[in-house]
Amino acid sequence: MAEQETAVQAAPAPAAIESLAALIGALPGVSGVSIEKGEIVALARLEGLVGLMTTLRDGAGLQFEQVMDICGVDWPERAMRFDVVYNLLSVSLNHRARLIVQTDTVTPVPSVHGIWPVATWWERETWDLFGVVFSGQPDLRRILTDYGFEGHPLRKDFPLTGYVEVRYDEERKSVVYEPVKLRQDFRNFDFLSPWEAMTSLPGDEKAQARGKA
Amino acid sequence: MSEVVDKKTTQQVEIDSHSINFGPQHPAAHGVLRLILEMNGEMVERADPHIGLLHRGTEKLIEYKSYIQALPYFDRLDYVSPMSQEHPFALATEKLLGIEVPERAKWIRMLFSEITRVLNHLLNVTTYALDVGAITPALWGFEEREKLMEFHEAASGARLHANYFRPGGVAKDIPAGLDDKILAWSETFPKFIDDIEGLLTSNRIWKQRTVDIGAFTAEEALAWGFSGPCLRGSGVPWDLRKSQPYELYEQVEFQVPVGRNGDCYDRYLVRISEMRESVKIIRQCLAKMKPGPVKVQDHKISPPSRGEMKRSMEALIHHFKLYTEGFHVPPGATYTAVETPKGEFGVYLVSDGTNRPYRCKIRATGFAHLQATEAMSKRHMLADVCAIVGSLDVVFGEIDR
Repeated sequence: MAEQETAVQAAPAPAAIESLAALIGALPGVSGVSIEKGEIVALARLEGLVGLMTTLRDGAGLQFEQVMDICGVDWPERAMRFDVVYNLLSVSLNHRARLIVQTDTVTPVPSVHGIWPVATWWERETWDLFGVVFSGQPDLRRILTDYGFEGHPLRKDFPLTGYVEVRYDEERKSVVYEPVKLRQDFRNFDFLSPWEAMTSLPGDEKAQARGKA
Repeated sequence: MSEVVDKKTTQQVEIDSHSINFGPQHPAAHGVLRLILEMNGEMVERADPHIGLLHRGTEKLIEYKSYIQALPYFDRLDYVSPMSQEHPFALATEKLLGIEVPERAKWIRMLFSEITRVLNHLLNVTTYALDVGAITPALWGFEEREKLMEFHEAASGARLHANYFRPGGVAKDIPAGLDDKILAWSETFPKFIDDIEGLLTSNRIWKQRTVDIGAFTAEEALAWGFSGPCLRGSGVPWDLRKSQPYELYEQVEFQVPVGRNGDCYDRYLVRISEMRESVKIIRQCLAKMKPGPVKVQDHKISPPSRGEMKRSMEALIHHFKLYTEGFHVPPGATYTAVETPKGEFGVYLVSDGTNRPYRCKIRATGFAHLQATEAMSKRHMLADVCAIVGSLDVVFGEIDR
């Protein structure tokens, strides 16, 4: 039966966030920690990630019982092009933290599904959409895209329109896959006006220096 | 394969198992869920949900749209509670822009967040009852939902896809007289909840189908990433409106209902109690709301009024620039979450300083909940799967994105 409950924790104070950030920054495997818009962002190394995550879940003062989200971000110009972002939440201590590891298309990221079973689907999604490989994940199937889909759609080099389109063919009485044909070209506008796109105008160094001062 | 097989470690087992396809067109699948069930007789041994049949590539599309154009996609995620989905995106954009919305906009957002919560719970509780065989609640509930849809329509012009919570405030002020109508509705609605409870809460069939079905302990619920009514049903007093308040939730009084057993019945009870609490919040919002602006006055972010555009050249330019180029958001990243009716719905927004999001990850609540179907339905009867899926409150627009 449901009962009424009022004892819910209050929001954490900013000082508490700083001490938590220092606590996370001191953990082995964390290479840097910062506070961005009131949110703790920690950079971690791939080695020993599972051990670090276990400490984050069980350690005193950390107790991140939940991983709310795991997702990828693609930065194609970087050598380690993918960020894998873990958004952690502690229900008992009421705080959040974000942990970021970097990887590329071949370096596997250790799976954390043994720590939080919910991670399986988040990792499958990251694999599906970005092609990030998770080692130790027994169920690394595609999840959101079609059966037999090729490519990883959220990579920046994957076109918005995709490569194939699907329709039902009345003559063949089946669904057919064909290369995508656009009746009208996809219009990708460059919204940046020349004043904004050119960040440094030749001969305008004075204005730049003034802007910084 | 080695030819010598250790006789002690191998044994022959007779398996009477078969797989069945539950959905994607099953009425109790709440959309397009394809659930592959491995059955042992009538007992579920394995459940493998196949999702993605409604995948529209929302996150990819958002990367090609300006911030204003990206917002309507959120209505189309969880189409049962549209305005709540817009909320975290609006909040995340505001956080990156570093702006504070006016007080009246906050009250209006809270008002409609709670109306949406009732809207969502009404649909969930009643169709969940329909899944396990009770038809009347659905018929009653949809009539009541229609009244709430009219409030949506009066405020935003659309019954479902509202596009109302914009970065910087709300699209427009609520029309004159709407607050009285909502107040009148809030007086009659608790009676309606009593009626629904009269049909279900102590109904023998309902209890037989839901009590002790799909029970999750608090530890299990946390490990499986539960949030919202599903987490509270398992006895964890966690509500983002209380613990990490956004807008003006710290100024209203409400209780957080918590279950004890974490079964399907408790999740139902939590939702029923939440509707009563939402009505309380709605009444407080209406009482505390004062006239004032409903969006930030910076016309680089929120559009000028029609009247201004007729007279002021600058307003016209602002309007044109805003609806073609949009506004530029300073580089940065934020994970912003709100308590939507289904639970924590978060947006991880990465901006690179242009007028389009660099990355917008949508943390769908139902994604985590649906994944637990396997753990929940193991060793349950086939018919219980319907009750479990219904009690988790899944909507595929949100899960498949």
